[in-house]
Amino acid sequence: MQHGKYRFIVGFLALPLGLYALFVVWPFIQSIYYSFTDWTGLSPEFKMVGLDNYRRMLDDEIFWKSLQHSLIFAVVLPLVTISLALFFAFMINVGGRRRRGGPVISGVRGSSFYKIVYFFPQVLSIAIVALLFAFAYNPDSGAINSILRGIGLDSIQPLWLGDPDLALWAVMAVLVWSTVGFFVVLFSAGMASIPADLYEAALLDGANRSTTFFRITLPLLWDTVQSGWVYMGILALGAESFAVVQIMTTGPGGPDYSTTVMVLYVYQKAFRDGQAAYATTIGVALLVVTLAFAALVMRLGRRERLEF
Amino acid sequence: MKTTETPAPVPAQPGPRVAKVDAPHGPSPKAKKEGTALNVFSHGILVIWAIMVVLPLLWAVMTSFKDDASIFNSPWSLPDRLHFDNWSRAWTQANMSDYFLNTILVVGGSLIGTLVLGSMAAYVLARFDFPGNRFIYYLFIGGMSFPIMLALVPLFYVVNNMGLLNTIHGLILVYIAYSLPFTVFFLTAFFRTLPSSVAEAAFVDGASHSRTFFQIMLPMAKPGLISVGIFNFLGQWNQYMLPTVLNTDPDKRVLTQGLVQLAVSQGYKGDWSGLFAGLVMAMLPVLAAYIVFQRQVVQGLTAGALK
Repeated sequence: MQHGKYRFIVGFLALPLGLYALFVVWPFIQSIYYSFTDWTGLSPEFKMVGLDNYRRMLDDEIFWKSLQHSLIFAVVLPLVTISLALFFAFMINVGGRRRRGGPVISGVRGSSFYKIVYFFPQVLSIAIVALLFAFAYNPDSGAINSILRGIGLDSIQPLWLGDPDLALWAVMAVLVWSTVGFFVVLFSAGMASIPADLYEAALLDGANRSTTFFRITLPLLWDTVQSGWVYMGILALGAESFAVVQIMTTGPGGPDYSTTVMVLYVYQKAFRDGQAAYATTIGVALLVVTLAFAALVMRLGRRERLEF
Repeated sequence: MKTTETPAPVPAQPGPRVAKVDAPHGPSPKAKKEGTALNVFSHGILVIWAIMVVLPLLWAVMTSFKDDASIFNSPWSLPDRLHFDNWSRAWTQANMSDYFLNTILVVGGSLIGTLVLGSMAAYVLARFDFPGNRFIYYLFIGGMSFPIMLALVPLFYVVNNMGLLNTIHGLILVYIAYSLPFTVFFLTAFFRTLPSSVAEAAFVDGASHSRTFFQIMLPMAKPGLISVGIFNFLGQWNQYMLPTVLNTDPDKRVLTQGLVQLAVSQGYKGDWSGLFAGLVMAMLPVLAAYIVFQRQVVQGLTAGALK
């Protein structure tokens, strides 16, 4: 298969690679370079300023707030989402009533219904979800406080997004709501492929459900959990957190910068404040955080791969 | 497909700790008891979460048929009558029709481009040995874990200098470029699983490399193309960050952007019912498509994570 091979390779790679290089790779390289300049983004002129932007960043209180919030996103969101999803997936696949003559372990009835419904938010745009919940959180006329009033909790009427202490958690709850379903379906598929005789053996030995979960299900599912963890963390640091914070919170960035995240701060510095170079500096910090996060999860989660 | 299946009606509250033992048969009363209690408990939990997922969506649909006054005064009351005028107002006055059209154009172009370019690159990377193969592969893969916002700052000016800012075709090119990492990753793995004998036979019969690709390999790769196509379709249809940065012309707005803009401008216009109608309008087609193609959508979206 040598005939015209290289001409073919070049012909097929040129367009995709060229497009990718121009719109993705080149801007990444540029932005690292720009982080050492005083480029405003408004005029083409700039000069090198060395590490000035990085020094400024270390003294920038809002940067530290955004870093802190981004780290909370990257740690709390995967933890809550994946724990909930594992719990639901386990209930769906193992929580069923034992039917006579059926297998020892069985899924609940209507398991496919639950999987379909739980997946709904995953197909919706995060922007639409964020808008919807911005209304639901409205303290006076929103759906949530209205429910609270309806069940007699008139005294508990939080300001939600308007409360600096609550806003960040309210925003995170929306991301949990919208991503749990994806992981339920993902983990369900993994759990379904675990051989039933493993469960049977465990139950014969007298293991209860939680032992079964921690000793059998979780270890066999570990690879999926780990890659899900990285995936969720990258989303929580990047595009998803940008959309929810930008759309839902006032400012945007919340009362008293209580919800601002790094990715939003990059956007605001570059496209609102005309400080493109400084924006890329924060972007580089975000890059470091993202890569460190992924490396850490892969490193901490490394264990012997179980074959079954 | 089991879209019509509904769950057995079960009480939504967590059941009693010790459930009733209804019949004395079974392996042992204790195990049976545990099984039943667990069953009630797990159903309870699952139903609660199902309600939490569906309720906000139903609330949005209901609200889209109400007038502004009752949206504010009683968020959970049923509409006094079905205000279809909200929907027509959203469609015409609030420019939802334009947003839909723009989105269809952008996503249509991007999806085709992504699949064509992605499968070409993936095929070459999966099937041919040449110096730099690994490097190019990892260059593509790397794009999946980098924070896109970092690149968007200079990209805005790159796109602007090329005269592509605020144009549909400019947006299409950017969408394609940012969809390539996952597409190439997924399709490279897929092309590797296809048998090489068929392609070799075609080649021996005198087909050129590109003919082999388009007439033999692409049809064989159809399942993979469908999965990655659904993944990209949803990703591009729902895309918010890229158009927010690169598409600032009000006439070129895509659906997500348009809705957010609509919500922002409601501050002084106050047409909340129209906005809700717009939201639901944007939600329903995707949800309907999901329910119809449920199995393929789930496969497409989870395929990458299971690799």
